[in-house]
Amino acid sequence: MAATQTPVPLFTVRSSSQVFHCPARTHPLHFASNFSKFAKASLSLRQSRIKNLTTPRATPSSSSPPTTFHGQCYVLGDNIDTDQIIPAEHLTLVPSNPNEYRKLGSFSFSGLPTSLYPIPFIQPGTDSTQYPIIIAGANFGCGSSREHAPVALGAAGVRAVVAESYARIFFRNSVATGEVYPIELEQEGVNKQCTTGDIVTVDLERNVFINHTKGKEFVLKPIGDAGPVIDAGGIFAYARKTGMISSVV
Amino acid sequence: MAATIVPAHAAFFGAKKEIGARASFSPSISAHRCRKHALNKVLAVMSPPQPSRAPSTTGSVKHGMTMTEKILAKSSDRSKLEPGENIWVNIDVLMTHDVCGPGTIGIFKKEFGKNAKVWDREKIVIIPDHYIFTSDERANRNVDIIRDFALEQNIKYFYDIKDLSNFKVNPDYKGVCHVALAQEGHCRPGEVLLGTDSHTCNAGAFGQFATGIGNTDAGFVMGTGKLLLKVPPTMRFVLDGEMPHYLLAKDLILQIIGEITVAGATYKSMEFVGSTVESLNMEERMTLCNMVVEAGGKNGVVPPDETTFKYLEGKTSLNYEPVYSDESAKFISEYRFDVSKLEPVVAKPHSPDNLALARECKDVKIDRVYIGSCTGGKTEDFMAAAKVFLASGKKVKVPTFLVPATQKVWMDLYSLPVPGSGGKTCSQIFEEAGCDTPASPSCGACLGGPRDTYARMNEPMVCVSTTNRNFPGRMGHKEGQIYLASPYTAAASALTGYVTDPREFL
Repeated sequence: MAATQTPVPLFTVRSSSQVFHCPARTHPLHFASNFSKFAKASLSLRQSRIKNLTTPRATPSSSSPPTTFHGQCYVLGDNIDTDQIIPAEHLTLVPSNPNEYRKLGSFSFSGLPTSLYPIPFIQPGTDSTQYPIIIAGANFGCGSSREHAPVALGAAGVRAVVAESYARIFFRNSVATGEVYPIELEQEGVNKQCTTGDIVTVDLERNVFINHTKGKEFVLKPIGDAGPVIDAGGIFAYARKTGMISSVV
Repeated sequence: MAATIVPAHAAFFGAKKEIGARASFSPSISAHRCRKHALNKVLAVMSPPQPSRAPSTTGSVKHGMTMTEKILAKSSDRSKLEPGENIWVNIDVLMTHDVCGPGTIGIFKKEFGKNAKVWDREKIVIIPDHYIFTSDERANRNVDIIRDFALEQNIKYFYDIKDLSNFKVNPDYKGVCHVALAQEGHCRPGEVLLGTDSHTCNAGAFGQFATGIGNTDAGFVMGTGKLLLKVPPTMRFVLDGEMPHYLLAKDLILQIIGEITVAGATYKSMEFVGSTVESLNMEERMTLCNMVVEAGGKNGVVPPDETTFKYLEGKTSLNYEPVYSDESAKFISEYRFDVSKLEPVVAKPHSPDNLALARECKDVKIDRVYIGSCTGGKTEDFMAAAKVFLASGKKVKVPTFLVPATQKVWMDLYSLPVPGSGGKTCSQIFEEAGCDTPASPSCGACLGGPRDTYARMNEPMVCVSTTNRNFPGRMGHKEGQIYLASPYTAAASALTGYVTDPREFL
């Protein structure tokens, strides 16, 4: 090594302790516990998205933040970059356009090398995924700042990503868009103990991640600084609440 | 229209200038220490007053701020702040392009109303550059969307292109956003620049806080001119020693990323100092800061100096105020490099931190070479490549694609003489070496793009590239193999048909 390093650790900077700018909507973010997703929506894009999705929607209460996610998981390694999440050729699709939003979802994870990930994330001939929860290693979402990445995942039906750590722009965009809930694990190597298809539960009240298929439970890190912004309902709502921008739009 | 420095700090700046002048004659480490000491004397004027009691009796140790902390403090009207704090920052410039512009505009209109006006029509720079020279209808439509918005909002800086068949007949068109921002004088010391592109950190070369954000954040900035940001701690990279003639800034940053990994600087600021950094020109400093994001970094900074101020002369009429890290600033870590001992390197597939010596990859047969992008498609990058072709005098053995970043770069290739060539231009040297004709300026195949993008990798092949990422599928095909390299190494590899250390020719 040509460099000599003298670490002077003064701050423990947790990769999760970053502020996120939140959903581009004026209403609080809702993650229903079971089959529905973002069911509370008003004049937003969400409503048109929900109408288009084929699974039945339940309408959760309008004020409770998300508590659990449940379903099959798709397992990934370290350093999954945004080009693998949504290859650049699909970036001509504009995420704020409802028709193109759906199409974006159909291309999620189409950049994964099939030699490493033989199980397709989205079954050929369909445009949404059967895996609402992603389990990943370190530095998930590294690379480009494209907001299309968390948007594509959300559009495909992903509700939560449970990773060892995140790259900062992807994390910020996830919270800003509200498309996927970015959750961090306390310990390393959890993804190595999971297999794509395992049935899992993410419990945000108890801060645990349960792999029912493998019979294992893991601790999650609390959300950190993002909390107040998420609770307010996103960066726009947070800004209005704290008086940074006026309430009337 | 020369740039002027804010009068209140004129005395400070005057002293700094003098230091800068001395520095250029003595790049050794001891001189650097003298400069630091001298800087310390001057900076004492700027630092907050120290308490007269010993720190231990007050229960707290007062310390200075790093450059990044200072810029953020200034831009959030705070006299002091610490890493970890969340602050509302006033944004000086917001940049967006054709890929993220439409989404950003969509969010802006949704949240602020379809008749809302942007916070400042002079502080938004809209630069189409990603998917331009393509017949992809949606890509073309996206340029129309940003044009409509620019017209509606009377955006002062919109670098439009309408005639895709000939970039030269579009007088406003620039090309790659990060290079255009620099060339058009939008990067200024001490300011905060945000862009809907991860390589916005490129502008840190000017001693400003510059970072990439997503559409939603950008939509928010568009309406308010502010963003909630968390102050990052700073990692310091001290690069000293005379730069060997076969190394470029690209080798330095690849070395750094290789050593700290792609997550080594996550959420942190990377500050580049030292005699080597001071000897770099602005384009080389940009290459250094450009790839900060590849280490996970939030932003990169280089202290502004004479080189910076000279570059900015005639490019901007706005006042700017450089800031510098205090002598007593706290850094989360420090790495020191003796640059004279480094060798040309590459990042092997499929990660920017997959570091290897170029000479140890000499058996890797390649199929093509790509010289372009914000990272490696600037005038200096092409000059460097030309130098290698000139030294060899031979022809390339593989297709060699040249994509100038901007119109200005393209013009430089056809007009500037290459030193030591007897008056030849880069374009002449490239032609004699059998390279492809320099293409229309844009981001090109750096990120693949629509299928008909020039030089896109549509089959699995091995490419040596001066670009910034080599994750699977980055330039198009998922099984493509990309070796990231400096322009010297790229040109050398083109000449042999294998990954090649440029010392074979230089």
